[in-house]
Amino acid sequence: MISDLNSRGESSGEVPTNGHGPAGDPAASNAIAVEHIVKKYGDFTAVDGVSFNVKEEEIFGLLGPNGAGKSTLIRMMTTLIPVTAGSARIAGHDVQNDPDAVRRAIGVIPQALTSDLDLTIEENLNIYAKLYDVPAKKRKAAIDELLELVDLTKWRSAQTKTLSGGMRRRLEIARGLVHSPRIFFLDEPTTGLDPVSRVAVWEMLTNIKSHRQLTILITTHYMDEADRLCDRIAIVDHGKLVALDTPAALKASVPGSNVIEAQFDNVPAGWEDRLKKMSEVTSVQHEGAGMYRVLTGDGSRTTTELVEAAVHSGVKIRSLSVQNTTLDDVFVHYTGRQLRDELVKAHAFVMPPRPGLQP
Amino acid sequence: MNHILAIVEREMRKFFRSPALMMASMVFPLVQLIVLGNAFGGKIRDAKLGLVDQDGGTQALKIREAFDSVRANMRTFEPVYYNDPKTAMDDVRNGKIQGAVIIPPQYSRRVYEQDQPRIALVVDNSDNFMSSTLEDELTSITNALNQPTIEPRILQQTVLQIVELYPYIEYMKYLLPGSITLAMFVSVMIGGGMLYIDDKARGVHEGYLVTPITKTELVFGLNAAGAIKAIMTGVVITVIGSLLAGVGTVFNPAIAVQLLILIVLTSVAFNTMMFLLMVRVEDPLVPRAIFGILNTLLFFPSGAIYPIQAFPKWLRGIAAVDPFTFAVHGFKSILLKEAGMTAIWPDMLYLSIFALITLSIATPLFKRTL
Repeated sequence: MISDLNSRGESSGEVPTNGHGPAGDPAASNAIAVEHIVKKYGDFTAVDGVSFNVKEEEIFGLLGPNGAGKSTLIRMMTTLIPVTAGSARIAGHDVQNDPDAVRRAIGVIPQALTSDLDLTIEENLNIYAKLYDVPAKKRKAAIDELLELVDLTKWRSAQTKTLSGGMRRRLEIARGLVHSPRIFFLDEPTTGLDPVSRVAVWEMLTNIKSHRQLTILITTHYMDEADRLCDRIAIVDHGKLVALDTPAALKASVPGSNVIEAQFDNVPAGWEDRLKKMSEVTSVQHEGAGMYRVLTGDGSRTTTELVEAAVHSGVKIRSLSVQNTTLDDVFVHYTGRQLRDELVKAHAFVMPPRPGLQP
Repeated sequence: MNHILAIVEREMRKFFRSPALMMASMVFPLVQLIVLGNAFGGKIRDAKLGLVDQDGGTQALKIREAFDSVRANMRTFEPVYYNDPKTAMDDVRNGKIQGAVIIPPQYSRRVYEQDQPRIALVVDNSDNFMSSTLEDELTSITNALNQPTIEPRILQQTVLQIVELYPYIEYMKYLLPGSITLAMFVSVMIGGGMLYIDDKARGVHEGYLVTPITKTELVFGLNAAGAIKAIMTGVVITVIGSLLAGVGTVFNPAIAVQLLILIVLTSVAFNTMMFLLMVRVEDPLVPRAIFGILNTLLFFPSGAIYPIQAFPKWLRGIAAVDPFTFAVHGFKSILLKEAGMTAIWPDMLYLSIFALITLSIATPLFKRTL
């Protein structure tokens, strides 16, 4: 199983998996099957031999830092860019040999807001229904149902440029579903949205999932989003798959079950080393301004030791909190903390947003 | 076919939702028609011409009367009288007056003695147009003085020249075919070139690249939409321009049909040309940057504003393959000469072949992926 995935390299050892990886349950049918897929731009390898399977009706999350290769991966799976090597079968169709069959089976919400700003919500949906060959008789009913699902019925005649960012994202979701696809790809669907709009999009996706038999592949760098929505999560970094499992299993795979966040005043030299030596502590991260993030297998015991050490050394504790490990910790554990300032080939000139029209 | 229609519908809805774009594609050629038509179509009026009469005789008086006649009728120049030739020449150099005529001493006596009478014209030849106009006018006056027996006919000619108080219309008519052609070019530049590249830059095209539309359908849809916008622009400018320039032929139904055919073929040819030029462009600043170059390279050699016969060979070479040339020739033949289909079929044939070739090259170059 692990051999089907990428090895993580020096920092993490093996890819943790709960047995539902690429070759996981042979009985389960796969909506998406990606095998050793590679994308190169000249000498730069954006995606490097990634393999995974997504089962029917699963919500699968692709996580990774900026520039990790998530969008490249999703663009290959949605036929937007050619594959350099390897293969991807979507709904049983090969993306390279049968791209039209793939396109008919999938709905895609690209990262950019791609609805026409000058058209109304209904016009946008109508045009795309025609592009997807939705029969004229079924078009109106399909659009009415989708507008209800994404709660945009009363704005159906509003021009897209007058909508808020959250409403436009909901329109995109409706547009991606206008032909009732089997598989739904969402590339960072909540990036740039305010917290309320994000929650609204989550609820909408959950609602849609309950109404339709849909497999969803979602990329995000919001850990809470992945935790809440996804059945399984793959973490991608430097174009490689570094972890793949359920959110709970991934959290369990990180050494230390608790996180202590503490801020100190006047820390003496060697304070970080002292923290690292405390019992059950697996890692310490200095986050600046006297703030330390300590991963530990026993939160209570480490907290007690930490308070004692502070009192003994005359260090003032400004704040202290203990919590369970989150996907943030999983993410940092598997991807590290360095910035991803990679140069990648620009797909196109990036047009500045129209003033006042972006979310 | 449904996919092509969907792309056309999308483009047309966007087009009508952005009236500013539609206006921009029409206003520029109309402004050019009005401004260039008036600026280049006119004749010199009220130039100041110095007159130094060192003779003071009866023949010199005839010249002064002729000057007054020009001032009263053609108004090409207004005489300014000087006593001293040096002051007059200084004023020509300083630009206070545009030329000076010097009637030398003994001029009248030489006329009577038929002893090679001469008058001098001092012109500022840094302005060729002005100096040649004054030279022409003075030549005409001296011819008239040399042939007094036909003086009444000269007066009659002067009366005829008064009819030319509306000379602008003549040049505007000449310019109208070019303006119609230019309007369609601006339309495909905005509607066929820039909009698709702007879509690409904003990532909007990702939306329809993930649909099952084929490359050919997408190419035909985008080209059909661009051509329809250009056709609408062409029709509107033909009507408005004809009214402005005083061309009535457009209201003849047979000619209107010929015009429509030519507008359709020109729009398609221009749009496929623009599509080929922009098919691999990613940066939306590129079409904006090359607009001026294309305009100069295609519009000016076409004979729209100056006869091709006056061009050097290399410029005639550009004109020979420039689709503008054929469109302008076609519109001139129909609008100004009412020459009918027999005169424009070579233009129509060329525009059709041009469209086929450009589309055949552009289609394989079009990228169905990002």
